[in-house]
Amino acid sequence: MVKQRVQIFGVHAILIAYSALALGPILLVVMNSFKTRNAIFGAPLAPPTSATFSLIGYMKVFNASHIGTYFMNSLIVTVVSMALVLLFGAMAAWALTEYRFRGSTALALFLSIGIMVPIRLGSVAILTMMREAHLNDTLTALILVYIAQGLPLSIFILSEFIQQIPKDLRDAARCDGVPETRIFFEVIAPLLRPAIATVAVFTIVPIWNDLWFPLILTSSDTTHTITLGVQQFLGQYITDWNAVLAALSMAILPVVAIYVIFSRQLISGLTAGAVK
Amino acid sequence: MRMDRAWKRSGIAMIAMIAGLAAAEAGSLKIESWRNDDADIWNSKIIPAFNKHYPDIKVEFAPLAPKEYNAALNARLTGGTAGDIIACRPFDASLDLFNKHQLDSVNDLKGMDNFSDVAKSAWTTDDGKTTFCVPMASVIHGFIYNEDAFKKIGAEPPKTMEEFHAILDKLKADGTYTPIVLGTADQWEAATMGFQNIGPNYWDGEKGRLALIAGKEKFTDPQYVDVFKELATWAPYMGNGYQAQTYPDSQNLFSLGKGAIYPAGSWDISTFRSQAKFPMGAFPPPLPAGDKDCYISDHTDIAMGVNSASKNKEDAKKFLEWLTTPEFATLYANALPGFFPLSKDAVKIDDDLAATMVGWRKDCKSTIRNSYQILSRGTPNLENELWNVSAQVINGAETPEAAGKQLQDGLDKWYKPDMK
Amino acid sequence: MAEPISQVVAAMPRARFVALMALFLGPAVAVYTLFSIYPLIATMGLSTYTTDNAGAYSFVGLSNFVTLLTDSLWSKPFWNAAKNNLIFFAVHMAVQNPIGIVLAGLLSLPGLKLKGLYRTIIFLPTMLSVVIVGFSWNLILSPLWGVAEGALKAVGLGSLFAPWLGLPSTALVTLALISVWQFVGIPLMLIYAALLNIPDELVDAARVDGLGHLRIFLHIKLPLVLPTIGLISVLTFVGNFNAFDLIYSVKGALAGPNFASDILGTFFYRTFFGNQLQLGNPTMGAAVATVMFFIILVGVCLYLFIVQRRLRRYSF
Repeated sequence: MVKQRVQIFGVHAILIAYSALALGPILLVVMNSFKTRNAIFGAPLAPPTSATFSLIGYMKVFNASHIGTYFMNSLIVTVVSMALVLLFGAMAAWALTEYRFRGSTALALFLSIGIMVPIRLGSVAILTMMREAHLNDTLTALILVYIAQGLPLSIFILSEFIQQIPKDLRDAARCDGVPETRIFFEVIAPLLRPAIATVAVFTIVPIWNDLWFPLILTSSDTTHTITLGVQQFLGQYITDWNAVLAALSMAILPVVAIYVIFSRQLISGLTAGAVK
Repeated sequence: MRMDRAWKRSGIAMIAMIAGLAAAEAGSLKIESWRNDDADIWNSKIIPAFNKHYPDIKVEFAPLAPKEYNAALNARLTGGTAGDIIACRPFDASLDLFNKHQLDSVNDLKGMDNFSDVAKSAWTTDDGKTTFCVPMASVIHGFIYNEDAFKKIGAEPPKTMEEFHAILDKLKADGTYTPIVLGTADQWEAATMGFQNIGPNYWDGEKGRLALIAGKEKFTDPQYVDVFKELATWAPYMGNGYQAQTYPDSQNLFSLGKGAIYPAGSWDISTFRSQAKFPMGAFPPPLPAGDKDCYISDHTDIAMGVNSASKNKEDAKKFLEWLTTPEFATLYANALPGFFPLSKDAVKIDDDLAATMVGWRKDCKSTIRNSYQILSRGTPNLENELWNVSAQVINGAETPEAAGKQLQDGLDKWYKPDMK
Repeated sequence: MAEPISQVVAAMPRARFVALMALFLGPAVAVYTLFSIYPLIATMGLSTYTTDNAGAYSFVGLSNFVTLLTDSLWSKPFWNAAKNNLIFFAVHMAVQNPIGIVLAGLLSLPGLKLKGLYRTIIFLPTMLSVVIVGFSWNLILSPLWGVAEGALKAVGLGSLFAPWLGLPSTALVTLALISVWQFVGIPLMLIYAALLNIPDELVDAARVDGLGHLRIFLHIKLPLVLPTIGLISVLTFVGNFNAFDLIYSVKGALAGPNFASDILGTFFYRTFFGNQLQLGNPTMGAAVATVMFFIILVGVCLYLFIVQRRLRRYSF
């Protein structure tokens, strides 16, 4: 019994230590964003007190940038891209794993090239196409690029997943004469739910964090994403640590909030209910 | 062999200028610039002043971070999404845009005779015939110091390198202030605030700069190696962990009152004005032993030109013409102290620190950074190399002699003085 | 590979089958081809051209590649970047994946309390933007702010502090560790999921045999999640050889000191887009990009044909 207690204590000690390492830097930034400039430099590890509390950084951020618009843009771009990556990706993965036809292996290989090369390498051609389609400076342009960027990996992951779905399920449906499209949308798609979280993580993180495409594809304030907006703001106020820390915090906090709200779904999707 | 039709259609480079499309519609102008620090000033002062003359032209100042400017501007110009007015980096970066027909000539613009040839040289073709950007401002190097720190150790601004070092030793012994506020993490400060700041006194300004271009002087000559030798002595006076100290770190260190001497670019003045709570002074680069004439780096830094693909060139030209007026020069110089107008008109500068720095023009001869004209055209790129070796010399990772040799070897790989 | 196709599908009229495939594959293939493959081919095509001063292109075959790999002006920085990239990858493999495995193993212990909270916290950095992560760590490790130094002093290790991001010997590893800090959540979650998917019967049987948690983990669970670890390794490889943002945002395009933190991504960026006075060279940049593509291709093929074949997939 004692040995087990010690073991459990040890496990918690390791997990707490690592959690502190993961959370520490974030807390540090957020905490200092509420302090006066002298307190930020003088006692960086101290929490704000009534004497050192200050919101001046946040006031600057609100006055100087359209952080709300940026945030909405990022949200729209990320959610729409992710939904379409999942839809198109799942359909393609299903077709490639379920039906064998001439060239399906070649097509699968073709679709996996995108995993290996950053799409950034094709920037100039993308830019030209977007301009000719009159899509430059729109969120649509970003979404199209991000779908193309996210598809290969999601097809890869979803294919692995679909292979693990028991064959009898769809064969039973087929014996009942259910059309192929309905088999996918009504039998298979619901079973893919657990894989969604994995795909979402690999899709959302790079899209939300991307700096490059917003930089070249969007040029006005109304289409900037949060990462670009914060980057520009940091460039402009780089010596003003109140503003810098406030801007960092404002970029961090919404992500944290959304993540904490959805983390249960995300993680249960990743882990629970896997097909057995 | 020319590119075939398919490649052209695939949209690399050329199509943008052939199609001649631009993002903005008539009646509005978009300005591309790397001066994101100045966004507030443009929106609150400069654009309203322009609109007093041209109320119907809507101007949008859309700056990028300096780090991304060249890359993003090129992508936008090639893709045809760049703004109507382009802020021009000096020399080859802009010359390249002109050669690719992405910038228009401004020769026939009214008011261009307000600028001297020297002022225009950074945005003029090698043959001197065509100017493609309207010069806006130069920046001056020197040292900004904390007057409290100098008072504490009883020092006066140094005139010679000997005096400079005496002050540094006193500051170090006193221990209250970091003597030299400079970091090597971002590399460019080592080259720009270090090498190009103190260097002109060693290589006699324009004389040395032109001799380098003519191939008559080399970076391995003593007047260049000596600059590195001086830089190599700075490390002990710099802040703890200066190898990881970034440019904003340096600005903060000084403006928080923790440092004594800041190797400066005049553009730092506006940052310090808003953040530092102590009196500041400035002195020009101290003279090396035996020298009498002083030289300063008075570097042509920023100009503006018209995007050849702009749909609204008419308004763009009106705007550029306004940039040539004394009204703009006065407004710009005082709204952004530390950016000194390049026009011939005398401009009164109110900020005393900026006035001090621009006052050096009277006693010292002006020159520009020696790596900017022609010499950074090839591979390896001289400016990149200069950033690298200057940081390395200060870090103690490379000897001054090796630094000079590395620069000259790199230059010799592609540059033949007669190829100009 | 796909299973033999079922009777029903085989019996489907050809036209209907084509229509069905078009429906399922059409959108993905169209968007992907147009916005990913085509631009990449354009870039590869570009690598066989060169430009003159006026921006006119001319075809030069493979000479850009010859220059890149044989002219010391280009080959030296290229191999330096490739070597640094390998180190960057090695740090991820040596630190990120073991930490991910250990944490996943601990979190999957039956009956552990607070596991939801731990998972949430440890995964949090993965969600943040690289710009923000780079900027925050830059502040934390800055000798000026003194947070890292203060923290080390507090535990009596003050003398260990050094300006890590600024020293040639430590800059790259420090950046790699920052990247590990951010992305450890991904291997953690994937391995955690794989561990939870192991049938209880297997573990129960081992427990009846009297094996402890550690031995169950090492001898039963770990071998079963090897395919997942293989997948993570190849994803890490691809991610690391495409990495750019973190180093660019912390060290800039020159990736100092003395290119000690230069990786292929920053080398490509500098070549393609230029730097302060260095003009961008799109054709050489495209050549660098093409070489990067082949490096990644070789790595992925090695994984597919050597590693994955040896890992027996556990089938449910």
